[in-house]
Amino acid sequence: MLLIDCPYCGMARPEIEFRYGGEAHIARPADPAAVTDEDWANLLYFRSNPKGVLAERWRHAFGCGRFFNCLRDTLSDKILAVYKAGEPRPDVGAERAEPRE
Amino acid sequence: MRFSFVNVALQALKHNAGWPGQWRNTEPKAAYDAIIIGAGGHGLATAYYLAKEHGLTNVAVLEKGWLGGGNTGRNTTIIRSNYLWEESAALYEHALKLWEGLSQELNYNVMYSPRGVLMLAHNTHDVQVGKRHVHANRLAGVDNEWLTPEEAKAFCPILNIARDVRYPVIGAALQRRGGTARHDAVAWGYARAASARDIDIIQNCEVIAICRDASGAVSGVETTRGAIAAKKVGVVAAGHTSVVMAMAGVRMPLESYPLQALVSEPVKPMMPCVVMSNTIHAYMSQSDKGELVIGAGTDAYMSYSQTGGLHIANQTLEAICELFPAVRRMRMLRNWGGIVDVTPDRSPIIAKTPVPGLFVNCGWGTGGFKATPGSGHVFAHTIARGEPHPLAAPFTLDRFRSGRLIDEAAAAAVAH
Repeated sequence: MLLIDCPYCGMARPEIEFRYGGEAHIARPADPAAVTDEDWANLLYFRSNPKGVLAERWRHAFGCGRFFNCLRDTLSDKILAVYKAGEPRPDVGAERAEPRE
Repeated sequence: MRFSFVNVALQALKHNAGWPGQWRNTEPKAAYDAIIIGAGGHGLATAYYLAKEHGLTNVAVLEKGWLGGGNTGRNTTIIRSNYLWEESAALYEHALKLWEGLSQELNYNVMYSPRGVLMLAHNTHDVQVGKRHVHANRLAGVDNEWLTPEEAKAFCPILNIARDVRYPVIGAALQRRGGTARHDAVAWGYARAASARDIDIIQNCEVIAICRDASGAVSGVETTRGAIAAKKVGVVAAGHTSVVMAMAGVRMPLESYPLQALVSEPVKPMMPCVVMSNTIHAYMSQSDKGELVIGAGTDAYMSYSQTGGLHIANQTLEAICELFPAVRRMRMLRNWGGIVDVTPDRSPIIAKTPVPGLFVNCGWGTGGFKATPGSGHVFAHTIARGEPHPLAAPFTLDRFRSGRLIDEAAAAAVAH
């Protein structure tokens, strides 16, 4: 079970208090009518699914109820940074957890 | 050497010292007609059917670890074909029909055991969905029948059908032709049969790049054991499909999640069938060794960690203890996780890709084992002909653009 630091509550809480929100920083189009089928498919269904650092959304469903973003290494499951919705993705390149393999 | 009564008897007289290796381990050649990336059940089956059905034998199967060491060796070995949509039912039923003759075809005992798969309903919604599946399956020619709790208990006597529990059993769908098979034997059987047809199986050979020529078409792969040229490359890499496809610059509609399973200490035969419950993410059967084989749900978040959260397995065990009170004091011997590649509609992708010569067979999510023979069979056709097999035709990559999804997620017989 992950221990996740909620940037709003300012404390680490167990994963079961949170709901997963999938990949972060996927912006909705400003003008949906102008979006092509390819771009809709990319927006709705295609994901980077990286083996490495992933920016993802979590919602503190049984806490403050708010969405925030998280950088996590998907091989070690180590959480590298949490940050509030709307903030830019932090640079954690140097802090990247060592692969276990 | 074929497995036959005569050969078994002759080898017994020689203390079984004369059995040869079951497949050749070869050095990679400089070029092949086709390369399959991933020597799990699906990849090896693809290679076997390429040779058998399409006469393509200049084929290599590349595996970064050992064959059958990924999800083929980690799943709970359940086989069934009672999917809701016609496209899915046809594909999985194709696989089930191949399972029925597979041991004879491969001359290798895959221990396919059609012991029946019982899918429990715990609430009104489950009953409606379950009955809808039964009707849809019967229209599609797939066996499936509805049982009362008493009939379900008669079929699986250790099942608890008391009404005063958290998840009472109020009905069940039964596919009698469903069952289990020995997962390792499936990989070994296909490897042996493919190797006998001159296909090269190359283990400990990780693909690190997919090469493309000036026109953009596939020209081969770079591996940890050198470059190998091929005009056709089939990616069958399960949870790592996104990683491999990224080598060719292709983005996939996939997310990879850890899925867990566990086995108990072995006991005498106590469970005659497979029981699964989608509502509480619990699957149980008994292996021929006597271990109870239990499947749990996926973790909430995507990951390549090959472990799952303990609370996930714990939730499954709580439900198992209620459904089967007889197992409450049994100890679990091992648990493990595998990485499953999940598509948005929970249906697989068996298709050509935007890159000429590059084919992909992925997205089997939490339930790919049951499809192994059918998946290999239709994917071999897709690679050999360059056009999808009729049964694979709906399972394109393009369906996510066109909107023609095969939505087994909403219709799921199981909560994937």
